Amino acid sequence: MKSLKKSLLSAAVASVFAVSGAQAAGISDDKVKIGVLADMGGVYADVCGPGCVTAVKMAVEDFGGTVLGKPIEIVSADDQNKPDIGSAKVREWVESQGVDAVTGLVASSVTGAVTKVLTDNKKIALISTSASHAFTTKACSPYNAHWTYNVVSLANGTVKPMVKDGKKKWFFITADYAFGHALEKVASGVINKNGGEVVGAVRAPLGTTDFSSYILQAQSSGADVVALANAGSDFINSLKTAAEFGLTEMMDVAGLLVFTPNAQALDPAIAGGMKLTTGFYWDLDDQTREWSARFKERHGSIPAMGQAGAYSMTMHYLNSIKEAGTDDADAVMKVMKKNKPNDFFARNAYLRNDGRMVHDMYQVRIKKANERKNADDIYVVEKVIPGDEAFQPMMAQCDFK
Amino acid sequence: MATFLGINLFGLFGQLLVGLINGSFYALLSLGLAIIFGLLKIINFAQGAMYMLGAFFAWMALQYMGINYWAALIFVPLAVGAIGILMERFLLRPIANEDHLYSLLLTFGLALILQGAFTHMFGSSGMSYAIPEELKGGNRLPFMYLPNYRAWIIIASLAVCVATWYMIEKTKLGAYLRAGTENPQLMQAFGINVPLIVTLTFGFGVGLAGFAGVMAAPVYSVSPDMGSNMLIVVFAIVVIGGMGSIGGAILTGLGMGVVEGLTKYFYPEASTTVIFAVMVIVLLTKPAGLFGKEA
Repeated sequence: MKSLKKSLLSAAVASVFAVSGAQAAGISDDKVKIGVLADMGGVYADVCGPGCVTAVKMAVEDFGGTVLGKPIEIVSADDQNKPDIGSAKVREWVESQGVDAVTGLVASSVTGAVTKVLTDNKKIALISTSASHAFTTKACSPYNAHWTYNVVSLANGTVKPMVKDGKKKWFFITADYAFGHALEKVASGVINKNGGEVVGAVRAPLGTTDFSSYILQAQSSGADVVALANAGSDFINSLKTAAEFGLTEMMDVAGLLVFTPNAQALDPAIAGGMKLTTGFYWDLDDQTREWSARFKERHGSIPAMGQAGAYSMTMHYLNSIKEAGTDDADAVMKVMKKNKPNDFFARNAYLRNDGRMVHDMYQVRIKKANERKNADDIYVVEKVIPGDEAFQPMMAQCDFK
Repeated sequence: MATFLGINLFGLFGQLLVGLINGSFYALLSLGLAIIFGLLKIINFAQGAMYMLGAFFAWMALQYMGINYWAALIFVPLAVGAIGILMERFLLRPIANEDHLYSLLLTFGLALILQGAFTHMFGSSGMSYAIPEELKGGNRLPFMYLPNYRAWIIIASLAVCVATWYMIEKTKLGAYLRAGTENPQLMQAFGINVPLIVTLTFGFGVGLAGFAGVMAAPVYSVSPDMGSNMLIVVFAIVVIGGMGSIGGAILTGLGMGVVEGLTKYFYPEASTTVIFAVMVIVLLTKPAGLFGKEA
């Protein structure tokens, strides 16, 4: 009996080796190499940066370190939020270092440049943190996979319910560059479509320290809601000033793009009560808590949504290579779109033909000081927004089968 | 509402006042730079990093030692000044006789190192520092709501600026200071310890940045890049005011705050550029700056 078991086992082991041996022919350069490109020390370092590298490392380790018998390698680089630096690095990666896919990808301007390089070289872009929806609409590509969130889901998640609640007049304080303009445009569309009205907007240059002037303009605009179409320290500074000048008591303030580290950096007395939309929150259920605890142990802080997204998409990518039996981008992408990702991050999720990963988004409220049990306890999840309501419909020319 | 030529006057008054508040920040920072440049001929690119240190020290003092805002307002500038003193003694003095470019590069490098180190230690998202209880709330003026803390910024900054100007331009200590940097050999012959004066002056100039940092902590995000955002503007202000002119730095700081405030009202997109446009015009028409003496 014992010997039968043994021989069965060895047969099983042998067959595994045989299969992987046969499929390994499909792995280019005898390894799968993933590049993580992110802002490692600038304004967005906390929302992806080194944390995205940690998340991708965790995914590779959890996957077992090898796929189809070949090792998985990770390289990372700092794009400094500059498109030229990012695209030069990625070109070097794919042309001379055998990188198969690039993840991370934070500033939309960098992602725009990088996805072009990747598409030209038929390599996959796994976009974790960029906000612009261009990568799955007007700049769509069969090699783009956009995870986590985008500006459309933020506008649908945060703006739409407020307009429907009777907050009809809106004023925008917008970051004066591509991302801010895109967010303002999409949000304005949602407002107009639902019977609201945009009564004014100011474009504040990126990195503005003092927002008091804009807050005064917002105050005299007669709006019901002041929307902050900015991110990072711009968001923090504008909200702080809004609270100081009493704006938060006169009208509603909506933060359109808020990452957990930003929410954590704000005094709960100022930010408490604000509603926002996020693609992930660590304290949703046991699954998210379990992963987030592991992440926190290694990284030192709770994960931002892009970091959780980076893990989820890396895992889905590796699983798809395993099933496709090759790391060829077209074959892998086909499997990525065929199989539904399902993990602590991706709920009711599927990767649409245009590369948009459609999944549950969350409308959350920032907790007030007396509701918080500890420093990480920042959101209450108020509503789950089904993916199909959150994201834009697919454009016909982006239907890559 | 009162309007003039289609402009909402109340709105305009509000913008003027807000501009003046920002201007008093600029004045405080450019004053420190002007002292260090005017008296010591050192181009201190680390001034922004020292402002950042001031804000972070205030945050750390509250977080780790329970030292409140008011105490921080005294201790933090001293601590930042002490760092300045060490910097002058051990880094800048060895290159004191070299070209000004050396001090510029050294302080610039130092600023990058400090900013990088703080990003590494505290992340880039910034820390929050609450407005002290005593200064919470505000008053409703006819044309705007003025938070108490903003009023305090104007009062405190101007008091510090005027006191500094008075000390340097009108007192005996200031006279020693100016003379010691103008003609060190002669002053040393009179028995004045010139190197000590230089070190203390540098420490004082840097301490002013630390003071501005504490003032800024409750209203702006305490983050590693807060200094570099501010520094370039402040340098432009010093150039407009006239390199080394103490009074010029203060007045230009206030003036540029107002100019920037008005730009934010009429054409916000240009608000970060307007100061540099003014700088170009001033350099073309009056190369020594508005208050500088022609060389």
